[in-house]
Amino acid sequence: MRLLPLIVSTVTTIGLVTVLNTQLPIGATKSPRLGYFLSPQQGFWKNAEKVNTNFDASIISNELKGNIDVYMDDRLVPHIYADHDEDAYFVQGYLHAKFRLWQMDFQTRVASGRLSEIAGADKLSIDRFFRRLGMVYGAEQTEQYINEHNPVMKATVDAYTAGVNAYLKNLSAEDIPFEYKLMDYKPEQWTPKKTYLFLMFMSYDLTGRAATADLQLTNTRDFLGYDLFDKLYTNKQDSLDPIIPKGTEFTNASIKPIKPATADLNYLKKQNLNVSANNQVMPDAPDKNNGSNNWAVAGSKTKSGRPILCSDPHLGLNLPSLWYEVQITTPTHSTYGASFPGSPAVIIGFNDSLAWGVTNAGRDVLDYYEIKFKDSTQQQYWYNGTWQATTNRQEIIKVKDSLDVVENIAMTNWGPTMFDAHYQNPQSKGKNLAVKWTGHEASTGVETFYRLNRAKNFDDYLMAISLWKCPGQNFVFASKAGDIAIKQQGNFVARWDRQGDFIMPGDDSTYRWQGMIPNFENPMIKNPERGFVSSANQKSVDSTYAYYLGTAASFPLYRGISVNKRLAVMNQITAVDMQKLQTDNYNVFAEVARPALMRFINTNTLSPNAQRMVREMTNWNLYNNENEKGITVFKIIWDSVENAVWGDELSASPIPLTKPEAFVLLDQMNKDSNFSVADDIRTKGKIETLKEQINLGVEQATVKLIELEKEGKLAWGAFKSTKVLHLTKIPALSRLNLPIGGGVNIINATTDVHGPSWRMVVHLTDEIEAYGLYPGGQSGNPGSIYYDTFVDYWAAGKYYRLLFLPKEKLVSNEHTKWHIQFKKA
Amino acid sequence: MSNNSAVNSKFIITIFLSALFAYAVGIYGNLPWWSFVVTNFLISVVIVQKPSRAFIAGALGVGLLWLTLSLLIDIQNNHILSIKVATLLPLKGAYWALILITSIIGFLLGGLAALSGAYIRNK
Repeated sequence: MRLLPLIVSTVTTIGLVTVLNTQLPIGATKSPRLGYFLSPQQGFWKNAEKVNTNFDASIISNELKGNIDVYMDDRLVPHIYADHDEDAYFVQGYLHAKFRLWQMDFQTRVASGRLSEIAGADKLSIDRFFRRLGMVYGAEQTEQYINEHNPVMKATVDAYTAGVNAYLKNLSAEDIPFEYKLMDYKPEQWTPKKTYLFLMFMSYDLTGRAATADLQLTNTRDFLGYDLFDKLYTNKQDSLDPIIPKGTEFTNASIKPIKPATADLNYLKKQNLNVSANNQVMPDAPDKNNGSNNWAVAGSKTKSGRPILCSDPHLGLNLPSLWYEVQITTPTHSTYGASFPGSPAVIIGFNDSLAWGVTNAGRDVLDYYEIKFKDSTQQQYWYNGTWQATTNRQEIIKVKDSLDVVENIAMTNWGPTMFDAHYQNPQSKGKNLAVKWTGHEASTGVETFYRLNRAKNFDDYLMAISLWKCPGQNFVFASKAGDIAIKQQGNFVARWDRQGDFIMPGDDSTYRWQGMIPNFENPMIKNPERGFVSSANQKSVDSTYAYYLGTAASFPLYRGISVNKRLAVMNQITAVDMQKLQTDNYNVFAEVARPALMRFINTNTLSPNAQRMVREMTNWNLYNNENEKGITVFKIIWDSVENAVWGDELSASPIPLTKPEAFVLLDQMNKDSNFSVADDIRTKGKIETLKEQINLGVEQATVKLIELEKEGKLAWGAFKSTKVLHLTKIPALSRLNLPIGGGVNIINATTDVHGPSWRMVVHLTDEIEAYGLYPGGQSGNPGSIYYDTFVDYWAAGKYYRLLFLPKEKLVSNEHTKWHIQFKKA
Repeated sequence: MSNNSAVNSKFIITIFLSALFAYAVGIYGNLPWWSFVVTNFLISVVIVQKPSRAFIAGALGVGLLWLTLSLLIDIQNNHILSIKVATLLPLKGAYWALILITSIIGFLLGGLAALSGAYIRNK
């Protein structure tokens, strides 16, 4: 034995293994364990799927009631044929896990505040945010309710869970999804609670903006004073074209919400100019543009005489996609559409009798109440003149490479205490704030989709959606029988004007929610004379509706105007016409705003470059197409003008405030009134007019535009730079710089990271003619050829014909490629 | 001459056995990825060679195995994943560099493990 060389080489070997087996810090993140990650038998190479993979398989399980056939088509869409409903959901769970396991795990981790467990203390403040908001609490309420009162949904979710876990049972360690290896953690068992957590996340994504917006509105009101606030953040939208056509009569309101006597003094006009120093990072608020389009045209307007239904939900564009296409056929029903990995059933789709789609209602269902605790133990709080007891809810957050963090949440009769001395940020200003949210209530939302999948007619549809609580949605409907309808459905608060826009006093029960609006009073129309129904997140009703809906910022105006204008004049409509409308880039806002701007712009006094840019804008065809430069110029000029007009009022605030809505400035410009806010309050002794501010804005915009021109980013597509980001935001796993037009206020609502996440057109002919796609691919594996299959097609505005066929026809279809058999053990 | 050929066949056999055992322990995803370090060490204890030859044989065994496996996988995958990982790591998307690094890790660790084993038996 040669001792010294032995020691040297052994120590070197062990040292090298140790280094290659350690996650090394790179900036704020950590590398994978390189030796493991690069090992061809265990690491990422195992996820590099053969491009000609054969997906045929045979799976045996003792949890099945019968045998199931799944046929995969050439886009990797599974067509599930089962003899028992529960078996179908078992298989759906299995397939979701097979193709989307990591995403399901990751999304429910975000929802339940468990990111620190895998990513370390960096994510702690975001985890604490979701815990304190009551995400886990809400999922628990739903789970308990369904377990006790809804055996059919329990069986459905249990079967789905069993399917996910059946896949996990046979998943060997080297075959776990790529991202687990990258971030170095392991998959864990699925549970029904995770399904409910995922649905909580959708509630947050679509109604949780208020958790941030209500604080910002309160601070803006504090800063400006109520009177100026009410002027700049007005809820009056003159050009509104509501979902329910103006002039429609509503039934008498059964609840008459009464504004508390103290509201002016203690609520609306209250001002608090404190600034707090404590900083907890909040997650980015859900995207303001989370919304959607949907519409249905009656047979009277189509070439075939049969209705056509369209739905395109606008959400964050991600890889793996939120959506997964599936067909489910059992003796009780046959349905096709987009499903959520994480939940059973089809969410947006059609069956052999009808089709449905959703857009976000935008109604305010989340409020803050300011709490006065007796002392720092938070065991008692002041309410209606007495001290009331809180209960303590403990949530334990595991943290990678660190000790557990225990979150103590004081539960009040309003809800969980979101902000207090232990958790605050500049927006919360050190206040104790309890949050009341319809998302906390037990919900049987899964059953809505379960029933829609099986619905045969209008009454079934109405019954199905009557169970829907949160997030409020506009459910559009069309049937082979010829009916079309739309209903705004959810658990909505009967509010008085501006109730809940700001933080409300938590010591006074007169500020409570005085009731929930009964379902039959929720806005609905069926088979209207105009031959179409539509929604695009605008206010559902005009001011004759008895209840307050929420602030105007929640209800974008212009997409709805675009859709309705076009549908009103279209006739002899075909499915292809509807595809063109879904991908339409016409800018109805600019149609009104450009001439308004031009009335103020003094071309003669502008610099030569500014003149050139204004010419670019006036020559523009008003389409937000990828190669247009005029829209970029218009957008930058409009933003600069807004900054010139609002900037002085808002920029003096120590806390960032939100800008007024675009329509406010536009309305002022069109009224051409003596608009006092236009004056720059920073220039003493000089009063700027709107005209001066607008011309100033044009010059400021020109500086930026010339820069963009030099960078070659004046064309809209290059400027906007649409991307579909991987859920970790890692660029290498994302698709960047997609060639696509559209934008805010456009029917094709594609912004930089956000847009139509599932486009669907369903023509309700005898054999349903349906088209659709989402910007992603059926496989969540970045190493699969099916990872981003649909992205380019989506960007180009093209559609796939969806295969919705009975088993015997599908088996012999030219697009059918693989067969997965599930057998009862 | 015969002595020389025995040395050569020992060398070849070691390469082959290193690769074979490394592959075998690699099949089991629950074993640590570095299990081949142990097998290479043991092979080198059993088959006595000069340290330099042991190093090269052990290194080639695992290095060539990892080269072959990653190359085969990558070709059948049309470089879809290797380009992404080579962008992430960051290697500017050069998939061949990723294959090279993979092979070098196998080569170095395989060789060092064999070298350690060789010093146990060498005097």
